[in-house]
Amino acid sequence: MAKLTLDDLRKLRDQKQKAMEKRDPSNKDAQVIVGMGTCGIAAGAKETFNAIIDELDAKGITHVLVRQTGCMGLCHSEPTVEVIVPNMPVVIYGNVDAETGRKIVDNHIINKQLIDNHICDKPAMDIVR
Amino acid sequence: MGYKQYILVCGGTACESNQGIALFNALKKAVEENGLVNDVQVVRTGCLGFCEKGPIVKILPQDTFYVEVKPEDAPVIIKEHLVKGRVVSRLLYDKSQSKINVGIEGIDFYQKQFRIVLRNCGVIDPDKIDEYIARDGYKALEKSLFEMKPQDVIDEVSKSGLRGRGGAGFPTGKKWSFAAMQPAGQKYMVCNADEGDPGAYMDRSTLEGDPHSVLEAMTIAGYAIGADKGFIYIRAEYPLAIQRLETAIAQSREYGLLGKNILGSGFSFDIEIRLGAGAFVCGEETALIASIEGKRGMPSPRPPFPAVKGLWGRPTVINNVETLANIPVILLKGSLWFSKIGTATSKGTKVFALTGKINNSGLIEVPMGTTLREIIFDIGGGIRNGKVFKAAQTGGPSGGMIPPQFLDIPIDYENLGKIGSIMGSGGLIVMDEDDCIPDIAKFYLDFTVDESCGKCAPCRIGGRKLLNYLDKICQGEGSDEDIENMKEISEAMARASLCGLGQTASNPVQSSLRYFMDEYKEHIDSKKCRAGKCKNLLCYSIDAAKCVGCTACARVCPVTAITGERKQPHTIDQAKCIKCGQCFEVCKFHAVNRA
Repeated sequence: MAKLTLDDLRKLRDQKQKAMEKRDPSNKDAQVIVGMGTCGIAAGAKETFNAIIDELDAKGITHVLVRQTGCMGLCHSEPTVEVIVPNMPVVIYGNVDAETGRKIVDNHIINKQLIDNHICDKPAMDIVR
Repeated sequence: MGYKQYILVCGGTACESNQGIALFNALKKAVEENGLVNDVQVVRTGCLGFCEKGPIVKILPQDTFYVEVKPEDAPVIIKEHLVKGRVVSRLLYDKSQSKINVGIEGIDFYQKQFRIVLRNCGVIDPDKIDEYIARDGYKALEKSLFEMKPQDVIDEVSKSGLRGRGGAGFPTGKKWSFAAMQPAGQKYMVCNADEGDPGAYMDRSTLEGDPHSVLEAMTIAGYAIGADKGFIYIRAEYPLAIQRLETAIAQSREYGLLGKNILGSGFSFDIEIRLGAGAFVCGEETALIASIEGKRGMPSPRPPFPAVKGLWGRPTVINNVETLANIPVILLKGSLWFSKIGTATSKGTKVFALTGKINNSGLIEVPMGTTLREIIFDIGGGIRNGKVFKAAQTGGPSGGMIPPQFLDIPIDYENLGKIGSIMGSGGLIVMDEDDCIPDIAKFYLDFTVDESCGKCAPCRIGGRKLLNYLDKICQGEGSDEDIENMKEISEAMARASLCGLGQTASNPVQSSLRYFMDEYKEHIDSKKCRAGKCKNLLCYSIDAAKCVGCTACARVCPVTAITGERKQPHTIDQAKCIKCGQCFEVCKFHAVNRA
């Protein structure tokens, strides 16, 4: 990619903002976001990440994007996973081991049910939005 | 397929012990009775915070937040809210009750946290510059380079009231203007990421979660002070943060947001990473500079201050990670917006790494002026296992222990100073009744003695002496004279040490002597440690009347000091006993005495 000019940067921001708002990058309408800070990884976030991808593949689900992010701040409940599915509330799950990761795919994404005992509160409102 | 509404019931320990389970069942029953089983899912959650007002019920997607809900309220919530769509106002959280008064208008504050520094942490993929850009990333840089003169940028930062988040709280705008005032020529912008307090990980998490915010801020600072070169000094112990920074720097260079002629503005700036070996003293400005220059990491007397004569003798601004992460937001939202958050002297928010004997340890960001009680009991979910709060330590080994009577003071730089602690970089360690105060002070002194560079005598010798006295007291061999000596040495260290490490190293001792003298006296006079931590002062014995001979203690004893026949009272051989306390923990019949 060539170096950006001011106009390029503004265009890029507009375009990416829309993509993020639609939550529809590359035609996927749902997202699973895994917290992969040092705390998350130490608590097993990599295994969770792999289990979720594995389960999605096993169930033939292609509309879900799995992403990584930094620490959400809920270190007492690592690994943490945020799940965004259309027509369902946005939920952050805590203490998501590989098995719970698979449950997220089966119960939350496929059967549209929230999972007991793993929901955490969003730590704060978003000042950017 | 799919529910229309969701009822979240807090399943945290505090709420569960407060009829949370009965409430959950009552809600489920009411949902069934009203024929809503296919429309409404009742879910138990982890702790939602705000435990003081539990049990908590949250209705999604409306995001209605009910507090102090009793099982009897379940039918009302279902009939009114879910069937008729009318909010049950008597169960809503009354915002006027909130003790928080930090000047943020129009914000629903039940969540207590307010994220400026951590705005992107846990939201964006830190390895993708496009996601940062989408969330207004590099917009502040754009604004600075094309709409503001360097002096305008400094003025805006000054007006915001932002103070250094590394611990000392020096006004950031002032620091920048000192460097900007120096004659043009080679200047440097340094980011201090040498986070070293035990239990602190704010900067690591910020760099791991949102590296571009720091890069953007450094570039803006470079523009403001006239520097074209930046260094990030980070400890090698943070491999993931380093890796994400390297990725971020490479992406920024590719986009032309670092390097020559940024965005065609004519301004050039580039950043290099310098790895530290993880010495606590290298978080001190002058020691950090020495370390980057390849010298031994030891502080030098100031003045001259780094802003005048810093890295390789050139004017240098050194800002902490958290300070920098505030900069883009200040420039975008304006100094007025920022200065409305916080207290009279301390603006904005503070990130804390909340750890210790707390239910919800974690990385939190709260407006300045939030009280310790709100942090520990509302956000942190209270003390683990229902134990009693004893003290909180802010500022890591440089801070002081804060006793329960100060739980309600609003936290800012001045208030913490007044009660003998410091803001520090944001480590916040919570202690409960099982923690022994002299033992904790010993832990911190152990750390600072280890980390002292040894250049100046007050810190090198004073720290060692303090540690020796504390050790003596914990062994049960202390005297009143030792206490007096400790007070004297502490003061001398605070006044005569060369750098911040030595000047603050005695804070844990001074503050604990001030607030917990009774515990010191107990160790000295009665040879007792009420927390049961100081092994020399403990004696474990078995009460023959209570012992049923279950053998649990004998099995767990690592040195086979406990003997006895099955179903017969056991005894502890005091000569063999190492006072590990495992028998005390394992006995279900309270037959093991600890005195």
